[in-house]
Amino acid sequence: MLTQAEANVENGPDTGNGVIISTRDVNVYYGDNHALQGVSLDINKHQVTSLIGPSGCGKSTYLRCLNRMNDTVDSCRVTGEILLDGVDIYGPSVDEVLLRARVGMVFQKPNPFPKSIYDNVAYGPRIHGLADNKDDLDEMVLTSLEKAGLIKEVQDRLHSSGTGLSGGQQQRLCIARALAVRPDIILMDEPCSALDPIATAKVEELIDELKENYTIIIVTHSMQQAARISQRTAFFHLGEIVETGDTEKLFTSPSDKRTQGYITGRFG
Amino acid sequence: MTDQVQEAAGNGWQSEKFIKNLAKRKRAERRFRLTGLLAILTALTLLGILLFSIVSKGHSAFIQTTITLDITFAESVIDPNGNRDAAELRGANYAKLVQDALREKFPDVKGRRDLRKLFSLISNDADSALREMVENDPDLIGKTVPVALVAGDDVDMLKKGYIDRSLAEDDRRVKDQELAWLDVLEAEGDIETRFNSGFFTNGDSREPEKAGIAGAMVGSFYTLIVTMLISFPIGVMTAIYLEEFATKNKLTDLIEVNINNLAAVPSIVFGLLGLAIFLNFAHLPRSAPIVGGLTLALMTLPTIIIAARAAIRAVPDSIRQAALGLGASNQQAAFHHILPLSMPGILTGTIIGLSQALGETAPLLMIGMVAFIADIPGGFSDPATVMPVQIFLWADSPERAFVEKTSGAIMVLLGFLIIMNAFAIVLRKKFERRW
Repeated sequence: MLTQAEANVENGPDTGNGVIISTRDVNVYYGDNHALQGVSLDINKHQVTSLIGPSGCGKSTYLRCLNRMNDTVDSCRVTGEILLDGVDIYGPSVDEVLLRARVGMVFQKPNPFPKSIYDNVAYGPRIHGLADNKDDLDEMVLTSLEKAGLIKEVQDRLHSSGTGLSGGQQQRLCIARALAVRPDIILMDEPCSALDPIATAKVEELIDELKENYTIIIVTHSMQQAARISQRTAFFHLGEIVETGDTEKLFTSPSDKRTQGYITGRFG
Repeated sequence: MTDQVQEAAGNGWQSEKFIKNLAKRKRAERRFRLTGLLAILTALTLLGILLFSIVSKGHSAFIQTTITLDITFAESVIDPNGNRDAAELRGANYAKLVQDALREKFPDVKGRRDLRKLFSLISNDADSALREMVENDPDLIGKTVPVALVAGDDVDMLKKGYIDRSLAEDDRRVKDQELAWLDVLEAEGDIETRFNSGFFTNGDSREPEKAGIAGAMVGSFYTLIVTMLISFPIGVMTAIYLEEFATKNKLTDLIEVNINNLAAVPSIVFGLLGLAIFLNFAHLPRSAPIVGGLTLALMTLPTIIIAARAAIRAVPDSIRQAALGLGASNQQAAFHHILPLSMPGILTGTIIGLSQALGETAPLLMIGMVAFIADIPGGFSDPATVMPVQIFLWADSPERAFVEKTSGAIMVLLGFLIIMNAFAIVLRKKFERRW
């Protein structure tokens, strides 16, 4: 039987974009709970990779390993190898603060800071000292808002509170905030689950545009969403990766019974 | 199958048993509401009784009786050498001016004992008021001016109706002779009542008509400043460290349990601790606001830590995650986001802790802030007392006039507490955020 790692490599990147994140045999423990068991997966550059699977299958846990957000959980332990551009992100030379600047994150519930729209976006550049002066910062904020497709809606109220926006606008503000620190990779943890269908459509459209310049990894419960926006899909089940492959192939002719069961709605 | 279920349910909803049960539930709810209402009414009534008794006893502390006399600022008494020397003017016998004025008013009174009684109509502090007048305006010397002088405490009590004229003379502090004099003064319109500003500007005194709470207010102020400067930063830093940085293990659990227990320790124990450490070990000055403040800071710390931790915990985790996800360090997340967002809650807790400290007596008794101190403290190491201790001291004094002083001081203390708590509420309302 093929090991997970070998299986992955076989199904591996076929777009020629190159691998940006390569994970091998990742295990995550929350105390005694073995939440992620030997997960190996490659993420291609400038593609949208979606992680699907039933609740509690470890897809969010996996996502949170990629920017070491799991470090903030006291009882959490991660083993295995996670390489970002060939560098082990859990290695001693990597600072998790810089890593998180390179690997941005958008959360399930829109979580703008209770500050102005401008300050929300400017926060990242400010703490990392990216802007040399005020004009520089202004431009960064505007560009980020523009990339997030929010500029038209908020340009005349940049200094009103970010929490006063609608849910969909808040989520795009969070995306703009993540873009402002110029990440290479954006992790999205069910970014649309708290949004209505129209706001969801806007965010999906945005994700599609962003993949030109960013690598996006998205956790989603909606298989339609995974099918619509992602090029590659990984199916998680009970802490393991069951199947990885091109989205089209995975949804039309899954090779594993469990995948087939999940995507046809028999469980999960 | 589904039909059957619906049918059964429909029958159930109309059955007698179900209707009975419903009525019973409604009755139970009504009963519960009534009990709650009753509880609130009882609490309000008791509170009303308390406030009424304090105000009805204490309101007269803010009024004072004065007797107007024609004072002759005789040069022969105040400035026999006629050189207007400031030191001589200060040391002159102003009491004699009052006595002469009284003698002139009642020329018939003879004999030492009777004269003493006559002089006691006026507070024996009246001379300092005259001295002040002369020092401000030396031209008064040689003139005769009507001056409203503070009456003695017995006259004050009589005027306020606390001494019953109809009692037998032996049972009355003010004798018939004095009543006769007072009636003469009253008839001539020389007895007046006015706002007792001395209550807010004087230090403590053995003479009730002179006693004021200014010393205690200033003492409380200095003490609270020390308490705040020590307990606020330490408390907030402790809370932040425990919530945001400390790993959860046996040690932090132990610390947490101990902090919670400290909040329930009787305050007199903190007083003993203060006595042992600050006075006997560190040899800080006794009876001083600095020691009182330090002791109260020990007592207030757990309150502030608990309130601050609750406020920090109330900040949603999503904000922390958002900051960390952008590459903020733990410290940046804590100080840029968590702390500002929890500040209203922390400040509310701090103000409530401080108002608790403002009303605290027991620990201060242990460190000597219960001494009789007539001077208004001028700094953190001067001997001082605080408002609740002042109330305690006055409540212990035998003179009838201290009863109203006690209640009056309680009213002032309650006033400060209400102001502080109102401030806390305003802060909370103003900066409250809804997620």
